[in-house]
Amino acid sequence: MRKMKILLRPGFMLSVLCLATALFAQQTFPVNGVADPRTGCYAFTNATIVKDGLTTLSNATLLIREGRIIAAGNSVVIPADAVVVNCAGKYIYPSLIDIYTDYGMPAPETNSNAARGTFNFFQQQFTSNTKGAYGWNQAIRSQVNASEKFVADPARAKSLREVGFGSVLTLDKDGIARGTGAFVTLADLKENLVIIKQKASANYSFSKGTSTQSYPSSMMGSVALLRQSYLDGQWYKTNPVKEGVNLSLQAWNDNQNLPQIFEASDKWGVIRADRIGDEFGVQYIIKTGGDDYQRINEVAATKAPLILTLNFPQAQNVEDPNDARFVSLRDMKHWELAPTNPGVVEKANIPFCLSSADLRDVKQFWANLRKAIEYGLSEAKAFDALTKMPATWLGVYDKVGSLDQGKYANFLITNGPLFNEKTSIIENWVQGEKYDIKDELWNDVKGQYNLVIAAPSGTKNYVLDVKSASSANVLSGSDTLTGKFSYDGKMVKLSFSATPARKPGGNSGGFPGGGFQGQRAGGFGNSGIRLSGVNNGDVWQGNGEDSAGVAVLWTANLVKASAPEAPDTSSRRRFPLRLGKVDYPFGAYGSETIPKQENILIKNATVWTNEKEGIVKNTDVLVKNGKITQVGKNISDASARVIDGAGKVLTPGIIDEHSHIAAFSINEGASSVTSEVRIADNLNPEDIAIYRELSGGVTAAQILHGSANTIGGQSQLIKLRWGVNDEDLKFKGADPFIKFALGENVKRTASTQGNTRYPDTRMGVEEVQMDAFTRARDYENQLKALPAATRRNLELDALVEIMNKKRFITCHSYVQSEITELMRVADKFGFKVNTFTHILEGYKVADKLKAHGSNASTFSDWWAYKLEVQDAIAYNAAVMQKMGLNVCINSDDAEMARRLNQEAAKTVKYGGVSEEDAFKMVTINPAKALHVDNRVGSIKVGKDADLVLWSDNPLSVYAVALYTIVDGTVYFDRQHDLQLRKEISAERNRLIQKMIAEGRTNPTGMTAARPSLQVILHCEDDVDHQKGMLETNSYDDIVNQNQ
Amino acid sequence: MKKIVLSIISFLFFTLFVKAQDDVYPAPQQKGTIYITNATIHVGNGQVIENGIIEIKDGKIAKVGTGISASGNVIDAKGKQVYPGLILPNTDLGLREIAGNAVRGSNDFAELGDWNTNIRSVVAYNTDSRIIGVLRANGILLANVTPLGGLLPGSSTIVQLDAWNWEDAAYKMDIGIHFNMPGLLARSRGRFAGFPGAFPQAGAGADPVKAAMDKIDDVKRFFREARAYFGEPSHKETNLKFEGVKGLFDKKQKFYVHCDQVKQMLIAIDFAKEFGFNVVIVGGSDSWQIADLLKQNNIPVILNREFNLPTLEDDDVDQPFKTPYLLKKAGVLFCLNDDFEETRYRNLPFNAGQAVAYGLSKEEALQAITLDAAKILGIDDRTGSIESGKDANILICNGDILDMRTSVITDAFIQGRKVSLDNKQTQLYDRYMHKYGLDK
Repeated sequence: MRKMKILLRPGFMLSVLCLATALFAQQTFPVNGVADPRTGCYAFTNATIVKDGLTTLSNATLLIREGRIIAAGNSVVIPADAVVVNCAGKYIYPSLIDIYTDYGMPAPETNSNAARGTFNFFQQQFTSNTKGAYGWNQAIRSQVNASEKFVADPARAKSLREVGFGSVLTLDKDGIARGTGAFVTLADLKENLVIIKQKASANYSFSKGTSTQSYPSSMMGSVALLRQSYLDGQWYKTNPVKEGVNLSLQAWNDNQNLPQIFEASDKWGVIRADRIGDEFGVQYIIKTGGDDYQRINEVAATKAPLILTLNFPQAQNVEDPNDARFVSLRDMKHWELAPTNPGVVEKANIPFCLSSADLRDVKQFWANLRKAIEYGLSEAKAFDALTKMPATWLGVYDKVGSLDQGKYANFLITNGPLFNEKTSIIENWVQGEKYDIKDELWNDVKGQYNLVIAAPSGTKNYVLDVKSASSANVLSGSDTLTGKFSYDGKMVKLSFSATPARKPGGNSGGFPGGGFQGQRAGGFGNSGIRLSGVNNGDVWQGNGEDSAGVAVLWTANLVKASAPEAPDTSSRRRFPLRLGKVDYPFGAYGSETIPKQENILIKNATVWTNEKEGIVKNTDVLVKNGKITQVGKNISDASARVIDGAGKVLTPGIIDEHSHIAAFSINEGASSVTSEVRIADNLNPEDIAIYRELSGGVTAAQILHGSANTIGGQSQLIKLRWGVNDEDLKFKGADPFIKFALGENVKRTASTQGNTRYPDTRMGVEEVQMDAFTRARDYENQLKALPAATRRNLELDALVEIMNKKRFITCHSYVQSEITELMRVADKFGFKVNTFTHILEGYKVADKLKAHGSNASTFSDWWAYKLEVQDAIAYNAAVMQKMGLNVCINSDDAEMARRLNQEAAKTVKYGGVSEEDAFKMVTINPAKALHVDNRVGSIKVGKDADLVLWSDNPLSVYAVALYTIVDGTVYFDRQHDLQLRKEISAERNRLIQKMIAEGRTNPTGMTAARPSLQVILHCEDDVDHQKGMLETNSYDDIVNQNQ
Repeated sequence: MKKIVLSIISFLFFTLFVKAQDDVYPAPQQKGTIYITNATIHVGNGQVIENGIIEIKDGKIAKVGTGISASGNVIDAKGKQVYPGLILPNTDLGLREIAGNAVRGSNDFAELGDWNTNIRSVVAYNTDSRIIGVLRANGILLANVTPLGGLLPGSSTIVQLDAWNWEDAAYKMDIGIHFNMPGLLARSRGRFAGFPGAFPQAGAGADPVKAAMDKIDDVKRFFREARAYFGEPSHKETNLKFEGVKGLFDKKQKFYVHCDQVKQMLIAIDFAKEFGFNVVIVGGSDSWQIADLLKQNNIPVILNREFNLPTLEDDDVDQPFKTPYLLKKAGVLFCLNDDFEETRYRNLPFNAGQAVAYGLSKEEALQAITLDAAKILGIDDRTGSIESGKDANILICNGDILDMRTSVITDAFIQGRKVSLDNKQTQLYDRYMHKYGLDK
């Protein structure tokens, strides 16, 4: 959140001076022919000149020469060699600047798997394919300079100029570090001349783009790679001998002085990127995905300047109810509210630029910009966001962005105020070169003309009533003659029948509308007189032929100009907008305000305390300020909301020791040791799984990395606070954990095309562990001895923490051999394995586990889904519990997590565990395993008020959670849930009707209904867990689906 | 080489397990009379008989009621609950020892090609599968073993779960033909093609819905040609694929259409109309949306899995849990299945229990895994309820079978034969309780 560095180079003043003296232009390029030096001196007089957002001059003159602005003002002396252009009635604006394009960049060579960015299970590539003295990872492309790849693209330049752009930042949108962007104009000149600034920005993203290298394969991995790159860059400054020359790191360091632009694809990405910046003292400018309005407070808190897209979702064709059924409220709400984004960002006082980036067609730019204005964006900010802001951020405001002296002659001539709906851009001048956009609008030809046609047979007079550049009437006496008219800014074409059209059916109503246009002409036979001519101000003249083919001459003189139209107010809101509200989370089951903590008194419940008091009947529990403050009989508290617990059961909230919900990625499986990645870097607090699990009484969950590799990533314990942001989801103050894994997943048994990633056996798994901890021990020693010269290594940092008992292992495990193996490795390095998870053969080594001191977290009854779980038995938990282990039952599954109480109950059935002990396996026991039993897991005064009120014995299949409370906040209330369902249904219906209405008025702007895929992440990427119709296992699928 | 090593490893594993099950014997044919007395009998049709008696004679239920005199071979079920054997209505049991595709050698569930109407699941059914004993211990005594591969994967057979070999196991052969209807969702990826409910594999730029509709049309054409084929009295060339579906036209077999989407179900109804088939929907996660239409057309539904997430995030959080109730309310004939691979289907009774928490009565829920399953599968004349004349497929349970808290089965009878409740898991349990010197 540091202040953005605005880079004002000392060269600024100098360059202005140089310009003034550049009278004799020299260049290296030889001329084939005769030199044609021109000064390009033009004076645009009598114009309304908008120099910048603050300065508008009436009746002013703009003077340009050699592609630069010489002056703009009311008393400009017009030199003798200037071409004077009378701009009466015209407006002149600086040309717009697009701060985020890939104009003139070669199309990236896409690799479909790599582009998906997910872990490719079948083809592992461990090293970079980039040849040369570059860095280790193919997605770090800091050495790429857009200026070196840039090739002017006249077609694209034309389409951008047509909407008003004069200069753009262009960058190679490929990779995580994307090198530098170049600032170029859109003039059709040699590349040498259009590059205004070679290195105008350094660019980054979370997407590895075309990199075919396996790492990183997850969002977490992208974050880790960026963080490590900052550390590597710092280290590289010490000229480390073993590294040799590393051009990527060299460029990484060099690029740090440029404006740093980060492309994020959604609001959480904005926040995530900013956190990386904070860690390394960088304030990124962040290109967003357009959903910032959904978390505007959090986005504003980043203090990041934003680049906003004007790409808004299209209406979907939801006419068919069976298609509409699969489109989520979230997607429909975003369709409705996305155009509010720029306005919301403005109101939050966030500095921003607007870009045409992501538009399906750049031609939509103005329609969407006006829509954004209609939805709350101010014209003044919109103008700044397309001129001064981007120029200032990129350090080129001395060259572009306003009409001040010395700047490039990049300007627009329009026929009205820029943002008015009826205004058109007539010309767009770039570097002093004129580009016609709608030159026919230069002259307002509307009005009545006296048309005189001189034929050998005599002269005839008509009245020519010009409505627009493509529509006119010819009147002969009281008759309206049919024909065709067009004016292209230079030439006039007119043809009409000399005799009036026969009125169809004698209809006295006359010719409809009176006017005639091209499409009507054909139906009325002979086109009669055909005229062609030029417009020379108010006098037109030319030649033609009459219907007999006899040559004629003609003139037309303006008699009466059309009255000026009433002031155009059409850009303003035509009708009050009826929009839905932003809910937290955004979509179904969200609410306008995040649920708040309350004082709550639960009366007369049967309370399962998990303490020595056991199960107590007719008991009251008082909750205040998020804590349990009193447990007993006949408690009263006037400040508390009372919940009747009579006939119901109150328990501590369920804690899921093994979960993969609420994250954007789970597995970084690209290498066998990825202790540098952190689930915390990609929490998704809007995962519907949170709400669904609350409905099953879950209040906390450990979000674990998957089991794709031997040493996985760092875990994140969360509380299920539905509606909060990613940071507030965290269970604060809990010990940090990390995921390890063993067996088939880490040796990639399920790979049908063979495994090339070490290890391929359980023998190799041990060696991966031995190697990792040995390296970590050496690293720690070196860090102590030579702190300055040692490269900080995020991977080894986490392992050092394990050995120092500051980070704790949860290890995915199945068979007894591997369980014993890891305990022995841990013994060698002096730590213990905190928890074995799954541990389906734990019953075979329960005695060894007890001796080592591990916790065991298992499934109740999963088995026979892999060779290594053939010996899994449902009695496992009971045996381990009888052997004195702290046993947990976990879910590893977003569905089953809603029924962990039932899973615990199965230990009663399989092995005869007592009901109280069974329920502890999903409450206090996981709290112990996670080192938070001082905070949660039982009902005791002073503990967090994480509580569930059940309709029945919580171990019964018939029990449902009525209330689920976290920190004294009711996040699930079964009665309120029924209300939410009604609201969802009503809101869905409203949006479906609105989409249908929009689709009917604008069918071309509509797309087919797109099923809203539901991402469910799992422990193992390789297993096709897909169950539901809409289920998918990667957020990238949603991106693909929406393309 | 690696493959060979793997095969040897898998072979050793299997040998080991088979050996370990050696002392679990299928029970011999039941002769004479057995009485179950003092029982709370849950008949399976909604009726409960308190303090009832069941007389079993030569494998059949001879009498059910109160006041029946019992002597000789008497099992006192005082304080216990008695139920009909549970029926797993659609499963790969015995065709796939290890779930997923983890061990190719254990896979016998999906034949190559789309047009497998001549395929018969029963010939690959492995009576020595270790999964079977675990299901039996949870009260599942019959299963409809179903092939999976392709559009028309073949015919399924109902087996009883206590047999020496598949010929012994077959309870009712080749009861129906299955159809995996391609999905009609415009998803951009078809990673899961080849499995039931799979999404059509779209080529670049192809419309996946159109591709699916084309495939469905191919299936219709297949049946039109089959009908014409049966129209001629004799054939110069015999078409085994057509011969495989003869039972559908004779109504000796049912047509099991695997699908979840409303549009798919509408097409399934259309199949019933055009060909006169007895159509059964399998899957049906969105069947609640058109429950009345299904009732009007007498289309029964096998709900594949209740322990499932709602389809869309907007859906009611308990949607799959209450779907049984919604079908019941509309009068649709349905039964419950459990196809959850990670637990290997043993939680069928708890699927029913869950439906009780969300609207069904306990007896209705029981009916959905017993009598109504038998009706849908066409075996209700022989089983599905505790009524005289039916096979003695009976469970005795310590408590409520639908609630995991109390669902401990002490006795199970298939055709009157008292079957072993031992299995691989109980044996390993015993083995390690022995190691640690712990008492059960």
